[in-house]
Amino acid sequence: MSLIRMSSPHVTRSNTSSGVMQLVILAMIPGILALTLFFGWGTLIQVAICLASGLAFEALALKMRGLPISRYLGDYSATVTALLLAVSIPPSAPLWIGIVGMFVAILFAKQVYGGIGNNPFNPAMVAYALLLVSFPVQMTSWNLPYVLSGSEGWSIPAISESLSLIFAGSSQMMDAYTGATPLDILRNRDGFTTEEMWRSNQTLIEGAAAYHALSAAWFMGGIYLIYKKVFTWHTPVSILVTLGFVSAIAYGVDPSNFVDPFNHLTLGATMLAAFFIATDPVSSATSNRGRIVFGMGIGLLIFIIRTWGNYPDAVAFSVLLMNLAAPMIDHYTQPRSYGHKRARLGPKGE
Amino acid sequence: MSSVALAILVLAILALIFGVILGFAAVRFKVEGDPIVDQIDALLPQTQCGQCGHPGCRPYAEGIAAGEAINKCPPGGQTTIDQLAELLNVDSIPLDSEHGVEDVRKIAYIREDECIGCTKCIQACPVDAILGAAKQMHTVIVDECTGCDLCVEPCPVDCIDMLPVATTTLNWKWPEPPQTNNLIATDRQPRFEENPS
Amino acid sequence: MKVFSFHGGIHPPENKKQSTRASVRTMPIPKSLVIPTQQHLGLAADPVVSVGDKVLKGQIIAEPVGRISASLHAPTSGTVTAIEAQPVPHASGLTAECIVIESDGLDQWIEHQAIDYKGIERSALVNQIRQMGIAGMGGAGFPTDVKLNLGSDHIVTTLIINAAECEPYITADDMLMREHASEILEGIKIIQHLLEPTHTLIGIEDNKPNAIRALNEALAETDIDVDLVVVPTKYPSGGERQLIQLLTGVEVPSGKIPADIGIVVQNVGTAQALHRAINHGEPLIQRIVTVTGEAVEHPGNFWTLIGTPFSELLSAADLKPGAMHRLVMGGPMMGVAAETDSIPVIKTTNCLIAATDSEMPEAPAAQPCIRCGMCEQACPAQLLPQQLYWFAKGKEFEKAKNHNLFDCIECGACAYVCPSSIPLVQFYRFTKSEIRAEELEQRKADHARERFEARQARLEREAIEKAERRKARAAEAAKAQAERKKQSSSETAQDDTAALKTAAAVARTKLKKAEIALKNAQDKGLDGVETLQATVDKLKQAATEAEQALQNSSTTEAVQSTPTKSEPKEAKPDLKALKQQVSIMRTKLKKAEAAEEKDESEIEALKSRLEEASKAHTDADNALIELAQSAGIDLKQLRIDVAMAKVAITKIERAISKSDDETEQEALKTDLESAKSHFAQLESQLKPYE
Repeated sequence: MSLIRMSSPHVTRSNTSSGVMQLVILAMIPGILALTLFFGWGTLIQVAICLASGLAFEALALKMRGLPISRYLGDYSATVTALLLAVSIPPSAPLWIGIVGMFVAILFAKQVYGGIGNNPFNPAMVAYALLLVSFPVQMTSWNLPYVLSGSEGWSIPAISESLSLIFAGSSQMMDAYTGATPLDILRNRDGFTTEEMWRSNQTLIEGAAAYHALSAAWFMGGIYLIYKKVFTWHTPVSILVTLGFVSAIAYGVDPSNFVDPFNHLTLGATMLAAFFIATDPVSSATSNRGRIVFGMGIGLLIFIIRTWGNYPDAVAFSVLLMNLAAPMIDHYTQPRSYGHKRARLGPKGE
Repeated sequence: MSSVALAILVLAILALIFGVILGFAAVRFKVEGDPIVDQIDALLPQTQCGQCGHPGCRPYAEGIAAGEAINKCPPGGQTTIDQLAELLNVDSIPLDSEHGVEDVRKIAYIREDECIGCTKCIQACPVDAILGAAKQMHTVIVDECTGCDLCVEPCPVDCIDMLPVATTTLNWKWPEPPQTNNLIATDRQPRFEENPS
Repeated sequence: MKVFSFHGGIHPPENKKQSTRASVRTMPIPKSLVIPTQQHLGLAADPVVSVGDKVLKGQIIAEPVGRISASLHAPTSGTVTAIEAQPVPHASGLTAECIVIESDGLDQWIEHQAIDYKGIERSALVNQIRQMGIAGMGGAGFPTDVKLNLGSDHIVTTLIINAAECEPYITADDMLMREHASEILEGIKIIQHLLEPTHTLIGIEDNKPNAIRALNEALAETDIDVDLVVVPTKYPSGGERQLIQLLTGVEVPSGKIPADIGIVVQNVGTAQALHRAINHGEPLIQRIVTVTGEAVEHPGNFWTLIGTPFSELLSAADLKPGAMHRLVMGGPMMGVAAETDSIPVIKTTNCLIAATDSEMPEAPAAQPCIRCGMCEQACPAQLLPQQLYWFAKGKEFEKAKNHNLFDCIECGACAYVCPSSIPLVQFYRFTKSEIRAEELEQRKADHARERFEARQARLEREAIEKAERRKARAAEAAKAQAERKKQSSSETAQDDTAALKTAAAVARTKLKKAEIALKNAQDKGLDGVETLQATVDKLKQAATEAEQALQNSSTTEAVQSTPTKSEPKEAKPDLKALKQQVSIMRTKLKKAEAAEEKDESEIEALKSRLEEASKAHTDADNALIELAQSAGIDLKQLRIDVAMAKVAITKIERAISKSDDETEQEALKTDLESAKSHFAQLESQLKPYE
């Protein structure tokens, strides 16, 4: 008789890492659709570029490391990274932006640290931050939501137009399409109050709704993932509550110079960050309490960088900074084990 | 001129103050004995086998404290070398094969019907783990034997065997699970098998 | 009753329905029963029967050793056919000592009777429980008498009866409660009598409505102060510490046992076994075993004798041929996979799962940890499983220990939820056993150091003592010398001459013998020629000196011719040396033969040398025998006689030590005296020829 001998448990739940990743991909679909709806085919083209280059770089790295390519590509982690970067960069960004981004994300932010599970930073955000610092013009050229551009209601330019924009990359064409994002407009007010801006700026008047809808799409996906127990509520709720709370105080003190909490949460990439970026388990804190601290840090940093920083949005830098702090947070938020009076605090005994 | 004098004066006063502090510290925080030898001794396996060239573990510990190589202990093997390297903050080195090679843990057994009762092994045993008297059969107290090998050589009739410690349900250890993933590019390995189990 | 909760936990598919459809069946008595001597925590029991003994059902066959141990009983009547190593239910798959009983089919009970436990001393009752071999039947097999005899330093406030049975598949306790609820309550009464707890709780999961009903009915019928607490179904609510937290809200401090906080937990099966042992006098020789899994046609529960091989149980449940892929002893979460079905049921075997490949497929290869934290959400001990995994993987044992690895109860919840299929529990078990082994090594090393240092101290002391004795002896000798000088007389002088003469003769003989040996050795090229040469030289010198001394004294004294027979005693060093040479030769030959690169010619040479050496030895021995014959003694016979006398002495001595009767001892002692004197006489006769 050939019976096998192995350690218990002999049954396991039929969930897998790749299954988790698949759910994340599924939950991103509403957001990607909304982006396409409001910003044109560019988003889908960027998704295709990032996916193709990302998977190619991943395969290359796995081959160099002598690991089974199909098995590791099958964990979908590179796919998720590619999607996150694709929705972060402007839909009309030139072809090479996505490719350079994925090169950095996969090879430098992930594989050199040892591949999946070992990266200290969120790979997509490392790539985004590097691109933003290196190519500020291309990375800040968001086109206006197309609800504005069509005089007779909603229409988006043809796919060929987006293709030529991305692959040919004429800056003249780009200028015609792009403008500042709402958060940018609200920061660089040239002495006007936020209230005056809301009244005068066309983008804000007509485009804000598109951004709100986009945030709602990300929010929906995030709720679905919490429902599916892909991650716990701690990180996203902590980010949203902190950002809302801090901005509410600031808005309450000086409404003419600070953005109101609702628009803090919905005008930028806050929802995407809270549900899809900060929840990356590898680079975030691990315990529930740790995740609350981690989220609070991100929420606070988003507010600070948006208000006093130099970049249009603050999500990437906030997440990266808190990634840096995650190991320390883990040290100080260890749970109190059963039968122990107190939790272990700090790196004692390590 | 006066500034030079002042500088010298200040330096002198400072020297005096620090001298007093250092002198006080030397007395107040004096470390008794030579604990590093104890620490090293605690890491050595205490087989007292003498393969390092010293008559016992403590003399070797003293030797290491005095700067001797840390890789002369085959019973301790690489584990002990690593621990010593960590304690002494030096690089770990492979075992010096001149002193022997790492082996599984063994215990001495006397084939009792062949023993002629010469007491030579009793005299050789560093931990008094052999029982017997002149012209009487000897036997090894298994629990006390360190497996040092020192009794084998003196036996004139070669009736001592060094046998590996048998694995029973009592001393069995869980095996290490197979390592499936690895870290960075430098760990390139022979082609991965899809199903290592 | 308020029910608390514990952190984490999981809800695996229960799979309990399959084995609860039919009532408990009784297994037929198997032909052969294999009873491992270690079925419990602590030391293995010591067999008190030997091969060939006839045993009756319930007869004690092995006795407990030390405080934490349990006795074993024959599960049926029959013959002990072997006491040997056989496969046992253990994760290692190794063999261990077992007593094998061939049943005679009569199932004949030994005389047994109930005990009125209220009417006897506590200590007697505890001892009775120990004699009955009761050990925890929930899984760990902790000897029950130890748990029920805590001593005065532990006051028990709460007694918890564990009826949770939280592991999937297992229904043995469930069925026991359905069918023997009143017996369980009787057992609880015995425990209450011993521990005198202020309250007693039965903790049961809400997925056993039939058992709950049966218990409630039994509770209504009997007068007993027990609360039945129904807890939500969640694995591992049946873990001792988790159940305590569920029922009382208290945590057992790390490194302590529940008794330290006044709580004792007993399994329902143990309570029932206690009832059978005390109120019926039946030792623990059978238990209910669940046999289930997709590979058996008719899953169910069986009253099974301890020692029944798994194969019998599987066939009783109609094992589908070829379907079984994995055989698990215990539940799917913590059970041990068996490699063979010849393993016997022991006191802690509650379940057998014959699983098909699709039911329990081989775990996929582990993927990298993505730190998702699901393990941490599931861990009932609130540890950091992924952190412990990193430490275990990196063999950072010290850190793992600092992160409370030893609070891990190995429940398997973390590995169950892990999306990367990492065998977390095995990592922890590996790390735990490495740490334990390391600690044992350290203790051993410390012990060895102590012994080494003690020996060094002793040797030093002996050296000093020896030096002192030598000094004292030298002083004595000097004094004696001085005295002798003072009273030198002619008589002593005469004696001196005689002594000198003998000495000279002795020296001559020695020299001659040594020379012959030397010549022999040189001719045959034996080892040790140099030493022999040195000896001869030394002897030559000694002989000359002796001769000189004799001549010196002869000049002053008249020489009396005395017939100086050559002392046979002087053959002794020669014979001994030859004997040793023979054995050394033999060893060398053996070594040469065992050597990896065999040098045939060398072996041949060694062989011939061995032959020569042994011939020389025999020759010398024969010469001795002849010599003795010339003196009228049969040396061979004498040697045999001496040996016989020696044996006689030892025999008598042993008899003395064994006998209790004083008069008998006296008689034996006189025998011993005469034997000793006989021996001394014979030995003195032999001595010159040795």
